[in-house]
Amino acid sequence: MSRSSNPPESKWGKLEYPRRTNSPALGYLVVIGRYTLLIALAILFMLPFYIIVRNSLMTQPEITAFNAWQWLPESPQFINYKNVFEDTSISMATGLRVSATIAIVNLVLQTLFASMAGYALARIPFRGRDVVFFLILLTLMIPGAVTFVPTYVVVSELGGINTLWGIVVPGLFNAFATFLFRQFYLDFPTEIEEAGRLDGNSYFGVYWKLLLPNSLGIMAALGILSFIYSWNAFLWPVIVGQSPDTRTVQVVLSSYLTAQTIDLTRLFAGAAIGAAPLIVVFLLLQRYIVQGVRMSGIKG
Amino acid sequence: MSAASSNQIHVVRVPWWRRTNTEASLAFLLFVAPMVLGLMVFTFIPIGWGVLISFSEARNTVSIGEWVGLENYRAMLGNPEFRRSLRTILIFAVFIVPLTFFFSLLLAMLVNSAGFGKTFFRSVFFIPTAISYVIASIVWKMGIFNGGAFGFANMVWYWLDENAPVVAWIGETDPPYYWLVLVSVRLWLQVGFYMIIFIAGLQEIDQTLYEAAQVDGARLGWRTFWTITFPLLRNTSIAVLMLNFIAAFQAFDEFVNILGGVASAGNISLARPPLVYLYQVAIGQQDYGRGSAGALILTAIIIAVTLVQGRLFGFGRKS
Repeated sequence: MSRSSNPPESKWGKLEYPRRTNSPALGYLVVIGRYTLLIALAILFMLPFYIIVRNSLMTQPEITAFNAWQWLPESPQFINYKNVFEDTSISMATGLRVSATIAIVNLVLQTLFASMAGYALARIPFRGRDVVFFLILLTLMIPGAVTFVPTYVVVSELGGINTLWGIVVPGLFNAFATFLFRQFYLDFPTEIEEAGRLDGNSYFGVYWKLLLPNSLGIMAALGILSFIYSWNAFLWPVIVGQSPDTRTVQVVLSSYLTAQTIDLTRLFAGAAIGAAPLIVVFLLLQRYIVQGVRMSGIKG
Repeated sequence: MSAASSNQIHVVRVPWWRRTNTEASLAFLLFVAPMVLGLMVFTFIPIGWGVLISFSEARNTVSIGEWVGLENYRAMLGNPEFRRSLRTILIFAVFIVPLTFFFSLLLAMLVNSAGFGKTFFRSVFFIPTAISYVIASIVWKMGIFNGGAFGFANMVWYWLDENAPVVAWIGETDPPYYWLVLVSVRLWLQVGFYMIIFIAGLQEIDQTLYEAAQVDGARLGWRTFWTITFPLLRNTSIAVLMLNFIAAFQAFDEFVNILGGVASAGNISLARPPLVYLYQVAIGQQDYGRGSAGALILTAIIIAVTLVQGRLFGFGRKS
């Protein structure tokens, strides 16, 4: 549009400015519009978190006051959080223990198995290596949750119903993570391994002393993702772990949600407790999680 | 060693990692053993068993042998409830897939072009990914879309118009507000995930293209979005569409926790997705034959749509 100064002269003659609306006023307007939209969306995205915290700190009459919304509780009812643990119809402590066990086992073993297989597929010579790799890739074609009926059949034959291993073991074998680890190890400089081999290390020694310590970044990214998925999983745990001592925190909360009588304050305090560990993980380790999600982007 | 005297000898130096030997074979097998055995027991055998049991009469038993041919498949495909569940999930996918695509791309562009507060906004939109479907369902069902005159959505109605009727939301069939509840909860939970994938795609675009376009007289905006950004996000877009579609077709958690279907019937008959129906047939009625047949039909549909989508968009083709 209008420019205060004339275009500079150059050896090619007068330069034409590109036709672009670059007036400062319009620029500011775009920026203001963009930030207004961002802030509005951010408030909308934070609303559910606010509702969890608000309801978990209110009394039941405060939550259910007809047409009289209160933004903040009169006085925060921290006792609600204590009540969740004391309410025998919720069994929150067991839920947290089961979920923590499952999520940690998943984090460690899923990552370990995938990296071991990925290393072998990338670096150890074996006649049938491509066949093995193809078989692993083949399982990526199969949509995960749909196979819960046949998997249930096999796990129940193996005696895994209402056991912790029945919940956790079928999810430990991640073909996609194997694929990502293979890619990672293929790009790993061979000189380092070669040096390790010449020092008299076995394949296991090379993996343990050289490759594992050098792949902590990808391990953290994939490990944290598997931790989040297994903490939040619902379909498989609700099928396999319905007995009182194998219920995950999600199953516990879900069954309280559909109970005959619900205390809303406890429901929301329970939701806050169930969400808290992952929110902490997210805030502390977001860098790795973002990296892991980016890697998932190449699936499809 | 007579060959050594010949000058025709070619010593091919095989790098150590290509040389096959017993140690390597043994190491390979040990390293892949957990993964291969695990996939064998919990993926290949179940699918094999599932296929066999889907041809068997298997009520209250998981054993194979009472062959009934295609009877289970005929029963499932002819079952109005199963067909209705396929329609339900199709409607769901038609809403959730484009909406997720649009909003995650919009958020990615907004966040990516924000200078100040970029990391903050990215975190805000990404953090719902940490929340489980169960907990989000609690908030949606009992907090935001509570049918009482104290739920947040009803309060917004009330602020806009004091005489607005109290809406039941999840039980409401005319208009079917339950779709709003089901679609918005998934949107909130997953949009940040796909936003991250789009941001990664955006950052791979060569910035000099925009500079070149500006020199050519193009303004940054709609034109450059449609001529540069969108075409170069092609592979990212296809990945987002496919991941999202596959996830949507396997929806279970939010339907069960918002409408019901596992612990009690609730309102699940309004919108029962296939996985909930399969759960009720296989786990509820313990009809593993029909349950497996239904699971395989659904698997076939998902694979077919994924392949068609891939073919349609020419996935993997270098653009």
